[in-house]
Amino acid sequence: MILDGKKAIWSDYQKKIADDDFYYVRSCVRQNFFPGAETTFLRIMREVLGKNVFEHPCHTSCSGIGYHSDLLPLETTMTVVARQFALMNESGYKNIVPSCITSFGLYTEIIETWHHFPETKEKTRKLLKEATGRAFEIPENLAHASDVIYHFRKEIAEKSKFKLVDKNTGKPLKVVEHIGCHYSKMFPHKGIGGAEFPFVLTGMVEDWGGEIVDYPERRHCCGFGFRQYLVSANRGYSMTSSRKKFESMQPYEPDMIITNCPGCPMFLDKWQYTLSELEGKVYGKEGKGIPVFTFEEVAGLVLGFDPWDIGLQVHQISCEPVLDKMGIVYNPATKYKGLKGKDLGIPKPTTMNL
Amino acid sequence: MKKFGFSTINSRTIDYQQFDTRLLDKVLQEEPSFARCMSCGGCTATCSAGNLIDFNVRMLGLLIKRGEIEGLATEIDKCMLCGKCILVCPRGINTRHVIMLIKKEMVKLKLEQV
Amino acid sequence: MIKNKTIVTIGGGLAGIETSHLLAEMGYEVLLIEKKAEIGGKILNWDHLFPSFSPAQQLCDDVALKCKSANLKILTNTELVDIKKEKNIFFLQTNHNLSFKADAIVVASGFELFDAKRKEEYGYRIYDNVITNADLEKKFKTEGTIVTPTGDAPKRVAFVHCVGSRDEKVGNHYCSKVCCVTAVKQAIELNQMMPDAVIYCFYMDLRMFGRGYEELYRSAQEKHNIQFIRGRVSEVAEKMDGSLAIKAEDTLAGRPLRMNVDMVVLMSGMEPSQGTSEIGNMLELKRGDDGFLKSAGDFAGRNITNVPGVFLAGTCAGPMTVAETIENARSSALQVHNYFKNLKNEKVRVFHN
Repeated sequence: MILDGKKAIWSDYQKKIADDDFYYVRSCVRQNFFPGAETTFLRIMREVLGKNVFEHPCHTSCSGIGYHSDLLPLETTMTVVARQFALMNESGYKNIVPSCITSFGLYTEIIETWHHFPETKEKTRKLLKEATGRAFEIPENLAHASDVIYHFRKEIAEKSKFKLVDKNTGKPLKVVEHIGCHYSKMFPHKGIGGAEFPFVLTGMVEDWGGEIVDYPERRHCCGFGFRQYLVSANRGYSMTSSRKKFESMQPYEPDMIITNCPGCPMFLDKWQYTLSELEGKVYGKEGKGIPVFTFEEVAGLVLGFDPWDIGLQVHQISCEPVLDKMGIVYNPATKYKGLKGKDLGIPKPTTMNL
Repeated sequence: MKKFGFSTINSRTIDYQQFDTRLLDKVLQEEPSFARCMSCGGCTATCSAGNLIDFNVRMLGLLIKRGEIEGLATEIDKCMLCGKCILVCPRGINTRHVIMLIKKEMVKLKLEQV
Repeated sequence: MIKNKTIVTIGGGLAGIETSHLLAEMGYEVLLIEKKAEIGGKILNWDHLFPSFSPAQQLCDDVALKCKSANLKILTNTELVDIKKEKNIFFLQTNHNLSFKADAIVVASGFELFDAKRKEEYGYRIYDNVITNADLEKKFKTEGTIVTPTGDAPKRVAFVHCVGSRDEKVGNHYCSKVCCVTAVKQAIELNQMMPDAVIYCFYMDLRMFGRGYEELYRSAQEKHNIQFIRGRVSEVAEKMDGSLAIKAEDTLAGRPLRMNVDMVVLMSGMEPSQGTSEIGNMLELKRGDDGFLKSAGDFAGRNITNVPGVFLAGTCAGPMTVAETIENARSSALQVHNYFKNLKNEKVRVFHN
């Protein structure tokens, strides 16, 4: 591997990311499946970095799920997105930060469509006015939440209490980085590092002490999408896509996977369980699975937040091995306790004890 | 093991790494002209059997060169051995001999059950 | 020859030398300007040429001999910074502040190979064992045995055709013509050096257009066990041991195909050189959609441009083989001579396209 070759490509794909005054829009999937991730992001931005992040209580789903599942026509999605922008304009913000990669891809796609086909933009203005009475302007800066954390990765590294290093061996943790398809595959120049060798997560991991694993199926989709898995009987297709990735990364013995899309960690995490039940196979070392994290969770861990506050207890594959390697202290007794020590029950053990 | 209502899907990729070359090696040894096939499809175009049923002799030759011999024993029986393919082949391959060799060697190598 | 005429040739490759040498032999004063330190252009880097595996060294020796013509003056390490035309005289200025006058200019600034780094999915200059056709030809010329960049004897080598040609993504729609036969030639040469290795050629179409080329293809299959797979390689990825995983579709089988190889050779296509673009701008020469300089006609005016007195020789006008380059350059010399003759008789033929 010639690293200089990769660095040359990374320098071709750079983008401008705002420094402050962010307007945050939430993710449907991330809120529901990894709620701790979004609260961690806000905590890092506000408490650790001292940035101004605003959330409008009236903002909705970007409707990406509906659009990508063929449930919503393009005009409806454009109008919903326009409303999101309108709420941002009304609150006096210019820098939109979506939590979800699909949202990011959708906003990018719609802004590009409006740019190349101005008649669609005018139509959307009309539709939004009729439906809600609002008017919108295109955001000055559009950056995904992972772009923002990437932008501040060095500050986070300075304030970090832990590194992505195995404290027993002193070696960097081997991290598989997985980028959401909608981040750079559609518009390579809107993603840091482009589509072939994306850098947004690599930059974070390397500055926080870890080592990136480059494996042949790096670019492969995890199988999320939307259409193919909404019908339960089709999920084999999605699961097989994830399995292809696991089989390719297994020889490299990674310690963990980091993702930026909300859907990918859900699939990469949960399909390891399904595959263990169906095929009796696990892909991590010593008969365990490979823990999957979102970038907010990894940032929270290196900053020393409590793992249960970050929300790692909802992960299918137990994250404790990584926490132990990093030397993070946690209380196993409070893992499944809610606020004020309420007992939330304990999940049933899986066949392969992942 | 639990049931989920779906299962993994087998890949349809030609995995060149899993290539057992014994059959191809034997065929090429006895009929070296087979090496110069360029998959032009002339043979399939004129094929008597292929005209009436799902039998693609060009594809068959190609798949052997990729190690894909699943179901080959049944496929190869569809050939009527009429020899029209030899008349057409621009590279002068004895295609009929190639078919006969495949049939013979599959039995010898016990690959008919594949 | 027409008395008291000088010609400036821009570019000291095969075409530039051939045209200049012929014009000098006819008795004209020729000045040849070459950007690099040495004369000869691309053939200096090549080992054996298709279709008969003739040694390129022979052509290099010929070039060295031709440079010695009387009436031929050569300036190396020199570039042109300005060209002006007044009536029928050209005024040229070099980067060393020298000025020259010429009655005719021959543009022989040639081509450059497509930079394979631009096809990120093939990993050139990122994965150690991915090289180009130029790298391989250099290995043939300078190394006795072929080893991969990581130092092993390859057991499997894959050639990827059409890198930088016939490709919307890099903006080159055209076919570079010579890469298919070069791939077959290099595959045969590799097989001769390493009989135990198996060579694969991944092509979209096989362009074996010249005399002896189809026979070369046939012999590659029959005598050298080269495997031809019709399908464009979508991506190359590096495995733990430095070998490369290839994904392509075997279009004739209608199924995706994956295989591991020890080395990948990318067949980089031809692009108009930097010099060709610059000179084209300076002289306001018309260009084709493919970026190469445009001839006044497809048949009889191949060396003539839209500017009277400016002639083309060689690959600045489009992809050509070595044989075609030499013939084209010879034709260019004749066109210059005819131009002077017609000027004298006040019959300047202007071609319309």
